[in-house]
Amino acid sequence: MRIAVLSGKGGTGKTLVSVNLAAAAGRSLYIDCDVEEPNGHLFFGPVNVSEEIISIKIPVVDDNLCSGCRKCVDFCRFNALAYVKDRLLVFEQICHSCGGCVLLCPEVALSEKEKVIGRIRQGESDNVIVRTGILNTGEASGIPIIKKLLGGKEEEPEGITFIDCPPGSACIVMESIKDADYCILVAEPTLFGAHNLRMVHELVTLFQKPFGVVLNKCLEGPDPSEQFCEEKGIRILTRIPFDQELGEWNSNAQIPVRVSSKYRVLFTSLLKTVVKEAQHEAALDS
Amino acid sequence: MKQLLILSGKGGTGKTTIAGAFIKLSDARAYADCDVDAPNLHLIMSQTSSPDKADYFALPKAEIDPQLCIECDQCRVSCRFNAIRSGEVYKVDIFACEKAYKVDIFACEGCGVCEEVCPAGAVSFRPAVAGEMMLYSDAGSVFSTARLNMGSGTSGMLVTEVKKRMKAAMNDADLAIIDGSPGIGCPVIASLSGADMVLVVAEPSISGISDMERIIRTADTFQVEMAVCVNKFDISLVNTERIEEFCRNRQIPFVGRIPFDPEAVKAINSGKTIVEVDCASGRAAREVYDRTMLLLTSEPLKTG
Repeated sequence: MRIAVLSGKGGTGKTLVSVNLAAAAGRSLYIDCDVEEPNGHLFFGPVNVSEEIISIKIPVVDDNLCSGCRKCVDFCRFNALAYVKDRLLVFEQICHSCGGCVLLCPEVALSEKEKVIGRIRQGESDNVIVRTGILNTGEASGIPIIKKLLGGKEEEPEGITFIDCPPGSACIVMESIKDADYCILVAEPTLFGAHNLRMVHELVTLFQKPFGVVLNKCLEGPDPSEQFCEEKGIRILTRIPFDQELGEWNSNAQIPVRVSSKYRVLFTSLLKTVVKEAQHEAALDS
Repeated sequence: MKQLLILSGKGGTGKTTIAGAFIKLSDARAYADCDVDAPNLHLIMSQTSSPDKADYFALPKAEIDPQLCIECDQCRVSCRFNAIRSGEVYKVDIFACEKAYKVDIFACEGCGVCEEVCPAGAVSFRPAVAGEMMLYSDAGSVFSTARLNMGSGTSGMLVTEVKKRMKAAMNDADLAIIDGSPGIGCPVIASLSGADMVLVVAEPSISGISDMERIIRTADTFQVEMAVCVNKFDISLVNTERIEEFCRNRQIPFVGRIPFDPEAVKAINSGKTIVEVDCASGRAAREVYDRTMLLLTSEPLKTG
């Protein structure tokens, strides 16, 4: 079972929720898809870490073979190629690796090389397998890393897989939730939080994913995110209080489930709720 | 025009809160929200007029005409994005279809390879609206913002468009304040182009420090000047000091600390910036603003 945790707005507590659910679940797999700013591994401090380099294919030109016909330049929708001063230039940063230029070059002057864009690290922390994608700085797209992180569903160990998604609602988030069986939306009690909750709510609805909401940093007084849930009849899975102690653990990259019985109870009960909901949805689906 | 871009790497550190405060304090005549997949700046910038709206077109996506398709499988084999599914392997869900070759529009990046390899001319590209841009012109200032349609992807190009619209509408403004998006990927890189200075809003946590270091390395790659401030500094004094030390070592100007402040949440929830109410975070933001502006205006103007 794959459970994705997302939020739209950044800093609402995606990592807090996914890390603690994985820690509460015992044997589980935690996958950090926030490859631009991965943080889950800072909490888990995994050991026995193995690393895999991730690269993409980038065209290279053989100047001796290039006739300057510019077919590739005209073809490239991403403007990643230019013919300047009798030479073909490749702008690696904006190349999408579609392979089109190589495919259609009549002189066979283009071939492909591997370009490293990041890496995947996998290690263990107690019973949790921690898999992290890390995009190199200066690179534009982490999608190839996410594809690799989530590929090979059959290799996943028994137990639950938790997917910690990047913020936002664009392509990189879509890639992360595509194969999820259930989505947890984490929201905070601000106007900003509610507005972005509305956006990810649209996204999970578009992808027809079963979902529920976790309200985080709950304070006394009105909560625009809670109001939104009530308005739409959305299931609230749990409320995590605004708590100074929790903030301290979080800032020191400690896992509350492992240090506090109060939060062990909270996240264990959230886990039960989520699993029940997800199984119920799966039963409805079949 | 000097462009000040607010970034953070980590989400939720207070980019929009600080951007809103800076816009009020500077009475900026040009500002933009480049966090196109979670825009929030408009929620605290009251607008009296209705915006000038424009559709945003991303790269057209492929479409396969089932009447012309000869099921040769060429397109599916050639697509690097696994965006083409044949009827047999296709699971019937939101992309529900009968036995036919079909494009998964969420996976399609519009590269055009399938059209190139199709021997039957069955592939075409139709432009699709991928978002909406809004330009507010109010009392001598312009505010450019946008929202990406759900499932559209490509936010980098939209970021570039949002900035273009702002500049076109108010090219003679001395200062533009731009609220950026979290992360270090394509929307952030698109927002960095043309920026004179980046203010990094850091959060004093282990995660926040790791993310700050990554956004600083990214801005460095594109050779943009930087300054750093810490928001919610009292969450961890130890980590705040670590950030200040990091800045000293890297010779990046540190422009101040802003405390955690429940009044800030109240201001935001009533649609106000933190400098419009009397609160501790608002006062600290003023100091950060003064120091940032000093750096921005003392820095020589970039040519070109």
